[in-house]
Amino acid sequence: MSLLDWFAERRKQTSLNLTGSSPFDKERQVREIADGLWQKCPACDTLTYTKDLQQNWQVCPSCGHHHRITAPERLEQLLDPGSWQPLNEHLAPTDPLHFFDQKPYSERLATYQERTQLKDAVLTGLGNLEGIPVAIGVMDFRFMGGSMGSVVGEKIARLTERATCDHLPLILFSASGGARMQEGILSLMQMAKTSAALQRHRDAGQLFISVLTHPTYGGVTASFAMLGDLILAEPGAQVGFAGPNVIEQTIGKGKLPEGFQTAEYLLAQGLIDAIVPRTELRKRLAQLLSMHRPRLHVSLPAISSEALTLQPML
Amino acid sequence: MTKSNDRLLLEFEQPVAALEQRIQEIRALAEENDIDASEQIRQLEAKAEELRREIFSQLTPVERLQVARHPRRPTTLDYVQTICDDWFELHGDRHGQDDPAIVGGLAKLGEQPVMILGHQKGRDTKDNIHRNFGMPNPAGYRKALRLMEHAHRFGLPLLTFIDTPGAYPGVKAEAEGQGEAIATNLQTLFRLEIPIICTVIGEGGSGGALAIGIGNRILMFEHAVYSVISPEGCAAILWKDAKKAPQAAAALRITAQDLLQLEVIDEILPEPVGGAHRAPLEAAQTLKQALLRHLKELSALSGRQLREERYQKFRRMGAFLELSE
Repeated sequence: MSLLDWFAERRKQTSLNLTGSSPFDKERQVREIADGLWQKCPACDTLTYTKDLQQNWQVCPSCGHHHRITAPERLEQLLDPGSWQPLNEHLAPTDPLHFFDQKPYSERLATYQERTQLKDAVLTGLGNLEGIPVAIGVMDFRFMGGSMGSVVGEKIARLTERATCDHLPLILFSASGGARMQEGILSLMQMAKTSAALQRHRDAGQLFISVLTHPTYGGVTASFAMLGDLILAEPGAQVGFAGPNVIEQTIGKGKLPEGFQTAEYLLAQGLIDAIVPRTELRKRLAQLLSMHRPRLHVSLPAISSEALTLQPML
Repeated sequence: MTKSNDRLLLEFEQPVAALEQRIQEIRALAEENDIDASEQIRQLEAKAEELRREIFSQLTPVERLQVARHPRRPTTLDYVQTICDDWFELHGDRHGQDDPAIVGGLAKLGEQPVMILGHQKGRDTKDNIHRNFGMPNPAGYRKALRLMEHAHRFGLPLLTFIDTPGAYPGVKAEAEGQGEAIATNLQTLFRLEIPIICTVIGEGGSGGALAIGIGNRILMFEHAVYSVISPEGCAAILWKDAKKAPQAAAALRITAQDLLQLEVIDEILPEPVGGAHRAPLEAAQTLKQALLRHLKELSALSGRQLREERYQKFRRMGAFLELSE
């Protein structure tokens, strides 16, 4: 028996369905889920050994359901080992409005920072994807629902500017509930800021690929996520501007069309280019990148050099 | 006082209303009995005016929200008709729809031909249904996109007027790409090599407002509000109770004064005592003078400079820490 066969066999044995198990088994399973040894797939109820799920990039081996993945895991999957070079790690959120709801915003930030070991909801940096240098940003939904505040906006804008300047293709993975309410109007303005930087990237003739992951909503959808030259999505990802609850308030509960706002729905509506399963993402991104080799485009003259009038070359 | 006037009167205006009611009664009584009460009436009127000034000088954020949403508050078309000449409305997204929640067209401001874009709320219930309460669908943003591109091609300054609860949350809007429509406008507004002046005239509702809200100058009327989410929506999410909207309105910092402090807007346009709806012509004159002044300043810049200045303006917005490494 080869090692691969052994893994396959074990996976078959361990991918048990809860229904039909004895009460004793059930109890043991509950305990082991609590221990983090096993995870139950919300889509097909299959139990999978946590390590197997991790090895399959959090995609259920039984039904293909895409579980949420953290930003560090995402980078590990996509980038060539040792090529990750984080940028602007020193940017940290503050509490400009002294926002207080049930808890002070500053307290919430500290909690999430401790829990996720991240400073805010996005990681940005440079790396190689199958040997191709890229600028990449990955949102992490664990950090306050991936909401976009000043740090997220600034890091994405800086990454984009770096990509433009270095003639690098830009890849952004979104996963967000939308703008971060606790930073008020300043969060809204991050939609403008990220779009501004992307406009320059576009002007310079550089590529931007947006990858939509579950879930992407609100101010993130209505800014950089939908501005990709090419837009990909993971299977089953829910993406929209207004959340389903908000829409149901106007049309009534249970009246949303089947599969509304899923990646498959967006594809049928012509809003995205393709759906790519996570396990194929690295290969498919590399394929697209390889067909868009960086153009050494002459960037727009900076404003200070405007006085330099172009002389016709005769 | 008629019932419909009751509805148009905001709760915090009650003390003034009571006083004005008394003035009416005294006037009627004086006429009836042929007594000269003009001096007393004049004093009471001065007192009422003073009281109104006092009330409006210390409105809470949620009270300002009520003024910003007042059913009689001047709309985009009200202002356009007062401050511009030769208004020529332009319609349609050229993909099968014309969204009445956003209006656009050509006009002259003084001698200057300009492109105008604005959210449009209705003036009564029927009109409001037609205008979808000023909540645009993707078609509205795509009409706006077409008109801003037109302005760019012909070097026309762009004046936008913001007054929306937000982009419409509906099944059709999502199917047609509400997010994409807004995002494309944001991006395009950074490419235009023309002067752009945006004015928040009433309600600035989130991304749906921002989609026509990127300019070289952002002006805001004194009692207008501008927010990342409606206070009711925010309260429902963070307090799990929509009735906590007054707390959310305060926490979100949505008033013109807040936005000036946060360096998101450039100037506050003062309103007539009691709000723009009490003296719309006066409010319109304030608006016109401000627009002319800013247009004049911006006309000194080249298209490239205007574009660069706009980029830098929005690039600076936000608050974060740069920790030493």
